[in-house]
Amino acid sequence: MSEIIDRRANGRRKSAGNQQRFLKRYKAQIREAVARSVTQRKIADTDRGGNITIPARDLNEPNFSLGSGGARERVLPGNETFSTGDTIPRPPGGGAGGGGGKAGDSGEGEDAFTFALTREEFLEFFFEDMELPDLVKTQLAQIPQTKLKRGGYRSDGTPSNLSIVRTMRESLARRIALAAPYRQQLHEVDAQIAAERERLAAASPDAGPLTDDSRPAVDDTALSALLVERERLLGRITRVPFIDEFDLRYNNRVPQPRPISQAVMFCLMDVSGSMDENRKDLAKRFFILLHLFLTRHYERIELVFIRHHTTAAVVDEEGFFHSRESGGTLVSSALELALQTIKDRFPTDQWNIYMAQASDGDNWESDCPRCHELLMKEILPLVQYYCYVEVDSAQPQALWEQFEVARAQVRNLALGRILGRGDVYPVLRELFSRKERMAA
Amino acid sequence: MSTSEEFASLPPPPAPARVQPGASVPPTRRAERLLPGGSEWTFELIERYDREIARIAQAYGLETYPNQIEVISAEQMMDAYASHGMPVGYTHWSYGKHYLSTEQTYRRGQMGLAYEIVINSNPCIAYLMEENTLPMQALVIAHACYGHNSFFKGNYLFKTWTHADSIIDYLVFAKRFVAECEQRHGEREVERILDACHALSNLGVDRYKRPNRRSLAQEQARLAEREAYLQRQVNDLWRTLPKAHDDEGDEPARTFPAEPQENILYFIEKHAPLLEPWQRELVRIVRKISQYFYPQRQTQVMNEGWATFWHYTILQTMYDEGLVSDAFMFEVLASHANVLTQPAFNSQRYGGINPYALGFAMFRDIRRMCESPTDEDRRWFPDIAGSDWKKTLDFAMRNFKDESFIAQYLSPKLIRDFRLFCLIDDDAEPTRRIGAIHNDEGYKAVREALSKQYSLAEREPDIQVVSVDLEGDRSLTLHHFQHKRRPLSSDSEQVVKHLAQLWGFTVKLETRTEDGQIIPVHECRVDRGQRGLSGTAATSSLRRMATR
Repeated sequence: MSEIIDRRANGRRKSAGNQQRFLKRYKAQIREAVARSVTQRKIADTDRGGNITIPARDLNEPNFSLGSGGARERVLPGNETFSTGDTIPRPPGGGAGGGGGKAGDSGEGEDAFTFALTREEFLEFFFEDMELPDLVKTQLAQIPQTKLKRGGYRSDGTPSNLSIVRTMRESLARRIALAAPYRQQLHEVDAQIAAERERLAAASPDAGPLTDDSRPAVDDTALSALLVERERLLGRITRVPFIDEFDLRYNNRVPQPRPISQAVMFCLMDVSGSMDENRKDLAKRFFILLHLFLTRHYERIELVFIRHHTTAAVVDEEGFFHSRESGGTLVSSALELALQTIKDRFPTDQWNIYMAQASDGDNWESDCPRCHELLMKEILPLVQYYCYVEVDSAQPQALWEQFEVARAQVRNLALGRILGRGDVYPVLRELFSRKERMAA
Repeated sequence: MSTSEEFASLPPPPAPARVQPGASVPPTRRAERLLPGGSEWTFELIERYDREIARIAQAYGLETYPNQIEVISAEQMMDAYASHGMPVGYTHWSYGKHYLSTEQTYRRGQMGLAYEIVINSNPCIAYLMEENTLPMQALVIAHACYGHNSFFKGNYLFKTWTHADSIIDYLVFAKRFVAECEQRHGEREVERILDACHALSNLGVDRYKRPNRRSLAQEQARLAEREAYLQRQVNDLWRTLPKAHDDEGDEPARTFPAEPQENILYFIEKHAPLLEPWQRELVRIVRKISQYFYPQRQTQVMNEGWATFWHYTILQTMYDEGLVSDAFMFEVLASHANVLTQPAFNSQRYGGINPYALGFAMFRDIRRMCESPTDEDRRWFPDIAGSDWKKTLDFAMRNFKDESFIAQYLSPKLIRDFRLFCLIDDDAEPTRRIGAIHNDEGYKAVREALSKQYSLAEREPDIQVVSVDLEGDRSLTLHHFQHKRRPLSSDSEQVVKHLAQLWGFTVKLETRTEDGQIIPVHECRVDRGQRGLSGTAATSSLRRMATR
């Protein structure tokens, strides 16, 4: 006799331990692959798992096996035209080749091993790359919290959510509706019975009980038929089920994200000739981290990309990171455009505004005062937070000094110089440490 | 693989199989006997179907281990894949890699998961996927729980090489032991040994000697005793080393091992000078487990053919008895036909000879020869033609492996049906040549060639330990006994490195050609200066030698 067991409730991912070993063993390769993948992803997509490809040769499990060459004899199915002694030229490329040109020894040809990382694993590798402190990591890795709110009733759910009052109301309505025709008939039958009884009583005025044998028999068949009918109707009424499956109503609870507010993040970047790929990559990581931070605190985030050299333009993400222009640099053009965009589209009573600017620090000397003024008078009062990073510059540049001056006067400005990936976080450190206050 | 992963990635497509009318039961009676149908399964239904299938299987004389049928989800199925289908296993990164790649191909829809996995154990554990429809569950129960199960119980290779009673116990022991070693000696150290053993796992079997059985309790009781004893024995071997030559001087130099050893892992376990007892035990674990899988590699065609034959026969009988409906049978036959597709060699989908198709066809053919033999069958198979098919099939299942099964039973009719031909690809000749086709002159040649194609000698290199330099640098020499001038693949360089890690001294790999020449292939030197006596972190430098 066979034994049949339901194992579906048993632990899934029994091989999770094996996977951890795998990730651990190939940490270096995976980290590299994650870094590569980050540069290709959109900023808003960072917060997701995804496919990672690492070179397969690194994780080969070798075995003694036969290589190509020597004499081989193989049997193949599906002969159509060959007869004994026919010769067939070897396919170009020599080697073991198959009978039909593409037989199955291509097992070794794979040169990339692709697998999926979960969101947590992906972020873990990303954070490690950025040298984030643990506290911040856990904050960022959290899934946005939701709260269950009442949202009416539904007809399916778990027993614990059963709404008894609603269910009984449905049940009552159904019972009334289904029993109504019988009740009506019952009324009529009752009336007829009463009439019949009266008739019988009238037929034998001095009558005792009807069953008395000494009395002459009275014709009561009509009455008994009515009584039977009455019983039947009562039976029908009681057979209407007290409660039925489609009476059931459950409390419906809908998850609602907790921080219900929206933010807009402006990414400003200098795309003049001196911003090379490496600098852009650093800048991108800076933007990603800010974006991750914002996704934890706001339900909805808009991204606005403004690139500038001597003139500024609002572009999409692709154009932001991958186009390159030559020419001078006028930072004020970008600030003006940002300001204009805020005024047009993002009224401050509805939006929290964050600005992040990355630059290699170049700016025209004569433009600096204008920038300072724009920043101090117009922009900083509107925004929650302004971060400025100078990427990969050996010496503090002209723009840096402007910001230094500004920082002394306001609180919502952060600046930093980023030479490597580990430098990104410190710029945003204050922002992260302010979390509690902001949440309050 | 111990398990047979069924029907996994075969392409859809197929010549529809015919439903034969249930001749034995008049239509009016069919309705009365019909089991509940539909596509949804429940545990009660599985039980009822299983009962009927068991009854029919018994009537056909199938002997099985008791069954343990476990219903699992897709995710659990992927877990099972990663561990070769075994319910427990020690932790190792390669299983994680396996899981991730399975998951990847599954998610992308490149590959369907197996409908079931069955484990050669007593009781015989079969995993069924919850996604299967009811007819599919019936099919896989007949296939795995009665087909494969009876094969595991009856076939001589499985009887000789595997211990169905104790394998699960042994795996539990192995898992615990590996975990303990990791705690005591660190994950990396354990991983290093396991990696090396995995590289050699195909060379961990005594092909001709039956191993004895031990239970979990014995295994554990033996451990402590073994550790001390083993170490002593190893020391013994080496203690005799430095003895200077006797005065006579002409005593022949002691050669060790006395004969070439094909079971390299066993050799390492017993004789590697620097391994510690726990490391030897790890070697033993990998060796034992690979030995358990050894019969699977040699009986794929038979095993799958046998199971497919029986699911087909059993379900057809159920249909004839009026237990299942036409709709049920159509679904079964559609899957059945899917599994049996054999694309031609020049098709896009060709991926070698489909073991299901070949095995099923052969068992069906044997039955045909028993029941309605032709003159040709009488000439070729005088013993089989007209005999009792159940007995003949049973004998074939018990006493053969793929290689001998094909040599014994492949009939000219099947060679014609499959249109088999033999292709000779000799790099000494300018072109490839057709050796034989499906005609009178070719039958025997094709059969012989196909049989050889399934022999281990043809598929895997023959590598043996030939000598240890006892008097000198303790280096270990392996010979690759070459067959048909076929060279080793480039992987072997890595494997030699792994072997050197275990051995602790220089390892040489040489090829011995068929005419007796010896050609060095790889040599992995172990730098003794940097190696502690425990054998940790042996650094090796590799010198690549001319490859002929």
